[in-house]
Amino acid sequence: MPRADRFPPAPGYSSPAILAPGERCGPGFAGLLRVELLLALRRRSDIANPLLFFVTVLALLPIGVGPEPALLARLAPGMIWVMALLATLLSQESLFRSDFEDGSLEQLTLSPQPLYFAVLAKVAVHWLVTGLPLALLSPLLGLMLNLPAAGYGCLVLSLLLGTASLSLIGSVGAALTVALRRPGLLLALIVMPLYVPVLIFGAGAVQAAIDGYAYGVQLAVLAALLAGAAALAPLAAAGAIRISTDS
Amino acid sequence: MEFQFASLADFLAMNGHGPFVWVAYGVTLATMAGLLLQPVLRKRQLQREFLREQRIRARRADSRQIAAPVMETAAAE
Amino acid sequence: MAWQWFHRLGSPRWFYEKSSAWLPWLAGASVLLLLVGAAWGLGFAPQDAKQGNSYRIIYIHVPASFLALAGYYLMAISGAIGLIWKMKLSFVVMRAAAPIGAALTFVALLTGAVWGKPTWGTYWVWDARITSMLILFFLYVGVIALSRAFSRDQLADKACALLALVGTVNIPIIYKSVDWWFTLHQPATIKLTESSSIDPSMFYPLLTMIIGFYGFYAWALILHTRTLVLQREWRTQWVQKLMGEGR
Repeated sequence: MPRADRFPPAPGYSSPAILAPGERCGPGFAGLLRVELLLALRRRSDIANPLLFFVTVLALLPIGVGPEPALLARLAPGMIWVMALLATLLSQESLFRSDFEDGSLEQLTLSPQPLYFAVLAKVAVHWLVTGLPLALLSPLLGLMLNLPAAGYGCLVLSLLLGTASLSLIGSVGAALTVALRRPGLLLALIVMPLYVPVLIFGAGAVQAAIDGYAYGVQLAVLAALLAGAAALAPLAAAGAIRISTDS
Repeated sequence: MEFQFASLADFLAMNGHGPFVWVAYGVTLATMAGLLLQPVLRKRQLQREFLREQRIRARRADSRQIAAPVMETAAAE
Repeated sequence: MAWQWFHRLGSPRWFYEKSSAWLPWLAGASVLLLLVGAAWGLGFAPQDAKQGNSYRIIYIHVPASFLALAGYYLMAISGAIGLIWKMKLSFVVMRAAAPIGAALTFVALLTGAVWGKPTWGTYWVWDARITSMLILFFLYVGVIALSRAFSRDQLADKACALLALVGTVNIPIIYKSVDWWFTLHQPATIKLTESSSIDPSMFYPLLTMIIGFYGFYAWALILHTRTLVLQREWRTQWVQKLMGEGR
């Protein structure tokens, strides 16, 4: 970053009013995390919409395939996982959008702090407000879809691990398409193939739990995918942000 | 090594698997031909665009020489 | 000095002029190989003991599958070269490789489906290889869709290169997980090809076809690259002169 020293240090991209008086307004990881979380918590509807989508679409499933409990129980793990994936995907579009539009994303690229951590903070907050509630909500949906009792614990665990990976992977797509006016479908198109491994092991874990097998391996693979995604995806997203803001 | 089929009809029928084999080969051939044809067509299109641009440029140069703008109808082409 | 060839390779003009000389040879050789291979495979190779004549689809299915995967790597590598060395031509090759790769993936999928009907009695089986190939197709589609979404070529080039690289990192993971998923759901009842025990009389025509397909791929790639070069260097003197000569 040869340009950084010629500019005054980037003042973070929060308005200072959000921070407590006397607090340092530096874009450190913890600071970013707090600011992002505050911002996210103020936009209640952005948190609620993916959850409502998740519930609504899963309510459509019995209407589509019929209310037979055995059939629903058979479909439940896969459907809950696919819908959680779609809900994460749909909420991802706005991940960098407002920051791109008001120019603070570009400022972030100039800050001395590595962009990697900024992306990681944003994704962490995205997961806290979408993936985490989705995972916590999933037992309720499992109940409605007649998910066998053995599956609940595994469902929540696999969603906790898996949605974090989904948020990370999706951030690359969100960063790549942030300069476009209407990225919605395109984002889905480029990100969905990359979601496949997470979906396979997530739904596979729940199915194994229901069938009474050990599902530790699947959860371990999900954790490994998460570790890999956490290491690589923010790097790729940071690169994508530099490409998108470089005009 | 010898030809595996007794007659041309045999060759086309492939013991009942003919339709599958020929559809697969046909689609592949069509796709490959399309892949080769597409850049050639695009190049021709570029060529046409170039010629059109040149005509317009020449026309502009002409009209400048006469100093007064001349209305040209499409029929003049 | 030692790197001169490398930099010259990056010049679109140099490539355009040199490739005119390569093209006829490449085209002739690949057409010859493909004709010989197809005639050999269709007419002279012995019939398969189990699958009868339908196995003759292997002579296009396998080469197309090879190139579909190799094409993705080629696309990603040329994208990476473009990102690292800012080489113009490299991005052009990447953009040219995308539709060719997608078309060959489509061919591989379609020939596989047509082959499946007489062999397994159904056009589509969610088999590990077919599913991976389908996801590869989606990856290609994502790159193509992304490249079309941007109005500026420079931006599109970099974004596509990054997406292709992300896809490359993911391909092995996707293939492995799909493999795992398949063995879980379908305990190896269908053996697709016993590729290890192919008879020389069937293998040599296959080898001819594979080399022929590689030749064809290079031919198509060069043709597409040349047209894209013309399009991009439209305003330069040498293209205008070339067009004026009507070549």
